[in-house]
Formats: sequence, structure tokens, C-alpha cells
Amino acid sequence: MDKIIQKYEAIVIGASAGGLIALHRIFSQRCLDFNLPVLIAQHICPNRESLLPELLRQHCTGTVKDAEDKDVITSGNVYIAPSNYHLLVEPDKSIALSVEGRVNFSRPSIDVLFETASEAYCDALVGIILSGANSDGAYGVSQIKKRAGLTIVQSPDSAEFDTMPKAAIEASNPDFILSLDEIGILLNTLCNRG
Amino acid sequence: MNEVEQVENERLEVQLLLEAIYLRYGYDFRKYASAHTKRRLEHRRALEGLPNLAAMQHLLIYDETFFNRVLLDLSINVTEMFRDPWFYKSVRELVVPYLKTYPFAKVWHAGCSAGQEVYSMGIVLQEEGMKERVQMYATDFNELILAKAKDGIYPMNLVREYTANYQQAGGKSSFSDYYTADYDNVVMKRFLKEQVLFSSHNLVTDGVFGEMNTIFCRNVLIYFNRDLQNRVLNLFYESLCPGGFLCLGSKENIKFSDVAHKFEVVAEREKIYRKKRM
Repeated sequence: MDKIIQKYEAIVIGASAGGLIALHRIFSQRCLDFNLPVLIAQHICPNRESLLPELLRQHCTGTVKDAEDKDVITSGNVYIAPSNYHLLVEPDKSIALSVEGRVNFSRPSIDVLFETASEAYCDALVGIILSGANSDGAYGVSQIKKRAGLTIVQSPDSAEFDTMPKAAIEASNPDFILSLDEIGILLNTLCNRG
Repeated sequence: MNEVEQVENERLEVQLLLEAIYLRYGYDFRKYASAHTKRRLEHRRALEGLPNLAAMQHLLIYDETFFNRVLLDLSINVTEMFRDPWFYKSVRELVVPYLKTYPFAKVWHAGCSAGQEVYSMGIVLQEEGMKERVQMYATDFNELILAKAKDGIYPMNLVREYTANYQQAGGKSSFSDYYTADYDNVVMKRFLKEQVLFSSHNLVTDGVFGEMNTIFCRNVLIYFNRDLQNRVLNLFYESLCPGGFLCLGSKENIKFSDVAHKFEVVAEREKIYRKKRM
């Protein structure tokens, strides 16, 4: 399949309820030379520090951090949308934050990250939708698909909450619908092509 | 047309729109962060049912009321009282003692939006016995939002959250001492407004505002590109007296600016900086 041979520049991941476990599972399979930058929008309670950086750090060689304004997106690093901020990607592949109103009742919103990232990276972007109990991300993943990026959705029957994967599948007809272990394997394959 | 061309053409449309706004109305959004600006313009386009951004250009040039709606779209006014309570706790512990060393001090809230953070600081100063000795300036480029700041009227349904923030920020009294309830709204008490001068000031185009002891500018710079951030941080540097404090939003920082070495970090997480005495 052409899309597997393509060289990618970044990965965006959207997750909500049940996403913490899912992200942990995927990251625990990362091989050492996993070098694509990863940007994550995970819905969490506002005013609460995310546990995510701590959880993912043990599986990463690069920096895992809450995204800060104007950070330059760098290979091997993991950027997490800070609680109560939208995470956007600028055309020059740096990070922008925003506190504009909630989108799909969410801030950070997965749609906002996916749409702006797909405009910056076009077909060199991988987008992944994981477990969640709402439909944020469905539009975003369809934008990635439209711009010929690679789209992956966690299989609904393997997700703790299947609403978000189902909405994403319906909106975008993604390239892959996979279990968490399969997603991990696929990501490692993509990276080794770099 | 392929997708890459489509994206590039849309960027061109945005650029032309911002140029038109600048030439026609004098508001300069050309150095705003572009992903954000495009989203806001697209949001307005969709609401108006326009086919593309180019179609918005005609409306923007000929219809001033339409422009005013776009102006509101482009200025983000999401904030709260005592936003990031831990930040205000640090202000009380680190910045206020410095203000106390002056017989009279000036504090500037740049991009004050609807004034929530201005009143938050006013309350801190009141509780620290500093109210009479500090002049506060609250500025924004958006006259509409500035009028709201002056009124100090906020929806009642937010008060529970504001109260919790106030308590976490180390409030010494009861938050209800500072407002009067009026049906669905609360009105901030008059004594909190007496020490504040509300005034129009545009960070993008205007110059130094006065010599300040402390400047608050929280979650405003995130909407600017690196170039404009640099200009504004230089403006803040020029506006601060030696030893004065600069307080930014918790995910902003000065590391990409050319004044970075002219400030020392006072609180890393809170993004409180201090102008070095050179």
C-alpha cells in the first residue's frame, strides 16, 4: 500500500475518556529509534495538571512536555496540549496555543490540533484517534484524510469508550482500524522507514 | 488543484484579508499567529454562509459593522478571576512585597480583556493594604471589551468558579465582599474601580505606555507571531523600571526574544520575570 511507503514528518493523536491507558499501551511499544515528533490532544479536567507527561516519559528517549507557545516541533519529542489550551500547529511547524472558546465542548480540542496540523504537514501527517466518549476529532481526521495523510482509528471493539472511534470511522473512512498493539507495530514500521 | 496548492491559496486569501483590514481600518493583524487567525476568519465565514475568504474581503471593506464583528472574532476574551490561582499566590508572595518598598507604584494590565484579572489584582492589593499606593492601568485595543472591563459586570454562574479560584489563590477574606449580586450578574464593588485607569492601547501599533513597576500580559502574546512577540517584549522592557516584574501566561515565555537575557526568571512555572538592573 502506497501510504505505508510514504515518508511521514509528524504524528498527531487525539484521545479522551480511556485515552490514558490507550496512550500508555501504544507508547510502551515504541522502539528506540522511534523518531517522529508526536503531538497529543487529550481531554482532561481543566485546572488539573496532566499525568500524561510522567506516564509517557518512561517510554521516550526525547523530551516529553506540555507544549509551550512557539516551541519548534522537533524529531523525537512529544508535545502535549496543556490543560485548558488549544494546541495548534503553525505553517512553519512551530507550536501555537490559544484559549479561544471550547470546540466540541473541549479545550484542548482534537479537531483544532488535527486541522491545523494537516494544513502544516499535508500528506506527511499521521493522525490517530483513540478511545473517547464524544465525537471530537471526527472532523479533524477527515481533514487529514482529505489532504492524503495517513489516518488510523482504534478499533471500536478494543476501545474502552467507542463513541469517538466510531464517529471518526464514520466521518473519514480511515486507512486503518486497528487494536492498540497493532497501532504500536505500525508506528514503529513507519519510523524505521525514516 | 492539489491539496498543497489549496492550502497555499487559502493562506494567500488570509494575507489579503488582513492587508485589507489594515489599509481600511488601521488594525494590524498581519503579524498574528497564522493558524489561529485563519481559524477565526473561517469561523466568521461559516457563520455568514460565505463561499470563501475572498468573498469576505468585499464585505470587510464596505461594511463597517461586519468589520466590527470580525474584530471581536480576532480578539480572544476568554479569561477568569484569579486565573491559575497558584499564579496569584506567587504574585502575592513575590511581587507585592517589592511593590511595598515603593511609596507609590504603577501596575499595567496590557490586553486586559474584560477586566477579570485587573479586579483580581485589585483584590490582592486591597488585602495587602496597598490599594491607596498603587495606580493600575488597564488597556486593550478593543473598545467594546474595554467598556465591559470598566463596568465590571460578570455572569453569576461563573462566581462559584471565581470564588474557588480566589480561595486557592490565598484570599484572606470572603470573595463575596468584593461584589454585589444583581439578579443574574455580579457587579464588582466601586472601590476596586477607583484605583484603575481604563484606556485604549494597541500593543501592535502603539508605543511605551509609561514607566511601570509591574506589567501583566497573560495569554495575549500567544496570538502573535515571533516577530511581533519580540516587538511587544521590547516594549515591555522599555516600559518597566529596573527591577520591575513582567508576568506572562503560564505557557508563554521570553526565550525566543532578544530581551531574554535582560530579564531574570523569578518563578518558572508562573512565568514571572524581573527586569535586570543593568
